[in-house]
Amino acid sequence: MPDPAAPDTVAPAEAPADAHRGALLDFDDVQLTYPNGTIALSGVDLMVRRGEFVTVVGPSGCGKSTLLRIASGLESATTGIAEVRTDHVGYVFQDATLLPWRSVQANVELLAELRGHGKAARKEAARKAIELVSLTGFEKHLPRQLSGGMRMRVSLARSLTLDPELFLFDEPFGALDEITREYLNDELLRLFVERQFAGLFITHSVSEAVYLSTKVVVMSGRPGRIVGTFDVPFDMPRDPEIRYTPEYAALVGEVSHALREGHTS
Amino acid sequence: MSATATAPLATKAIRGAGVQYWAPPLTVAAIIVGLWYLVSYVVLDPSQSYLLPPPHEVVATYWNPKIAPDMYEALWNSAKVALTGLAIAIALGVSWAITMNQAAWIERSLYPYAVILQTIPILALVPLIGFWFGFDFTARVIVSVLIALFPMVSNTLFGLKSVEKGQRELFQLQQAGARTMLTKLQLPAALPAIFTGMRISAGLAVVGAIVGDFFFQRGEPGIGALISKYQARLNAEPLFASIILASLFGVVVFWIFGWLSKRVVGSWHDFE
Repeated sequence: MPDPAAPDTVAPAEAPADAHRGALLDFDDVQLTYPNGTIALSGVDLMVRRGEFVTVVGPSGCGKSTLLRIASGLESATTGIAEVRTDHVGYVFQDATLLPWRSVQANVELLAELRGHGKAARKEAARKAIELVSLTGFEKHLPRQLSGGMRMRVSLARSLTLDPELFLFDEPFGALDEITREYLNDELLRLFVERQFAGLFITHSVSEAVYLSTKVVVMSGRPGRIVGTFDVPFDMPRDPEIRYTPEYAALVGEVSHALREGHTS
Repeated sequence: MSATATAPLATKAIRGAGVQYWAPPLTVAAIIVGLWYLVSYVVLDPSQSYLLPPPHEVVATYWNPKIAPDMYEALWNSAKVALTGLAIAIALGVSWAITMNQAAWIERSLYPYAVILQTIPILALVPLIGFWFGFDFTARVIVSVLIALFPMVSNTLFGLKSVEKGQRELFQLQQAGARTMLTKLQLPAALPAIFTGMRISAGLAVVGAIVGDFFFQRGEPGIGALISKYQARLNAEPLFASIILASLFGVVVFWIFGWLSKRVVGSWHDFE
C-alpha cells in the first residue's frame, strides 16, 4: 500500500504559488512508467480547483484511470509532482464495490466506520447522504435487491459521508443504460452545485463529459498525455435541454475532433 | 424517487412448492424400501434371510429394550467424538487458512502440507495415533480431525482470496490495517466458502469418528464399535439398524450445517 504521506503524492497545507492558488488537485509534469518500461502517463499537467468539475475523456487504455489512481494514492508518479491538498477525498469506482453482506445503511456508513468516527456521527452522516442520493426508505435493503443505478447511488452516498472536497470518479456510470446514466448525471450535477467540491471525472463518453463539466480534458494513448483542453461555457445548474442546442453540439464536435486527432497522431 | 426493489429470492419459490419439492425424493425412498422387501422375501432363501432382514424387523430394534439403549448410547459417544473433532477441525482449519493468507511466502511454506494431509492415507497413520495417544476418546477425536481438516483449510483460503480488487482498494484508501481488512472484509467475504467447508467437514468428521471406533475400542464404545460387534455375531437386525443410525446422524449433521449457512449468509449469497 502506498504511503499516503509520501511527498510526491500528497502534501496538504502547503502554500501554493499564485497561479495554483485554490487547486485541490495539482499535477505538474506527472509521468508514470511501469517496471516493464511501458509509459502509462507522460507530461501530464492538470489542476482542479474547488467549484471546478474537470472531465477527462480518452480512448480505452490511455491511462485516464491511472490518473485517478495516482490522485488517490493507490499508485505513485514515477517523476513529476502530484499533489492533493485535502484529506477529504471521495472516490467512486467503476463498479459500485458495495459489500454484499451489508445493508444500504451499513454500506454507506463503512468509510466513516473505517476512519473511526463515532456511531451516532456516522449514522447521521449516512442518513444525510442517503437522502442526498434519494434512497431514503431503502436503508435496510441489501445490494442484490437494488438495480445497477441504485447501487451506484449507494456508492456515491458512501463517498459523500466523508464530505469530500475533492471527488474522483472513475467511469462510474459506464455500465449503466443510457436513461439511468442521464438521470444520474443530473443527480451528480445537483450534488456538485450544492456542495461545490472539486470534481475529476473519467469517462469515454464525449457527450457525458461536456454535459457534466466546467472543463473537458482530452487524452490520447501510448503514452497517455493531454492533447486538448476545452472550457465549457454553459451555466450551472445545467438545463437538460442544452443537450439539443447547436452550441452544445458544436462543443461535442470539437472535443470529438480533438479525440480523433490525438488517436491518429 | 420511485424505483422499487426487485429481487425475489429463488429459495422462497422452492419452499412454496411443498409437495412438488418433496415428492420425487420420497418416491425414490419408497422404491428403495420396495426393492429391499423384494430381496428379503423373494430373492433370498429363508435360510439366508440374515443377509438382509426386512425393513420392519430392522426398524423394530429401535424400540427393542434389549438393544436400543446400547445403540443410542453408542451413537451419542460417537457424536461426542465427531462434534469435538469437527469443532477442532473448524478452528484449526480457519486459523491455518488465515495464517497462510497473511503472506505469499507463508502460503508457499504451509500449503503443501495441507495437501499432503489430504493425500496420505489416514488409515496408515491410525495405528501410530493409538500408539501415541492411547486407544480411547482422544485417539478417536484425532482421527476425526485429520479426516475433516483439509476441506476447512482449502475452502477458507479460497474464500479469503475471493475479495474483489475494488473492495480491497476501498479499504486501502481509508488506510485500513490488516486486522480491519480481515474482520470487516476478508472473513465476511469468506463466510459462504467457510460454510461450504463446514458442511463437507461435518460429514467427514462423522466418518472419522466411526473409523476411530473400529480401531480404538477402549473407553465408552462408539457406534462403529457396536457395528463391528454385531457383525462378528451375525446379529443382522441390530447391525442394519446401527448402520442406518450412523448414516442418519451424518445426514442430520450435514443438514444442520446447510440450514445454518442459509440462515447466516443465505440473504446475500446463493449457494449454487
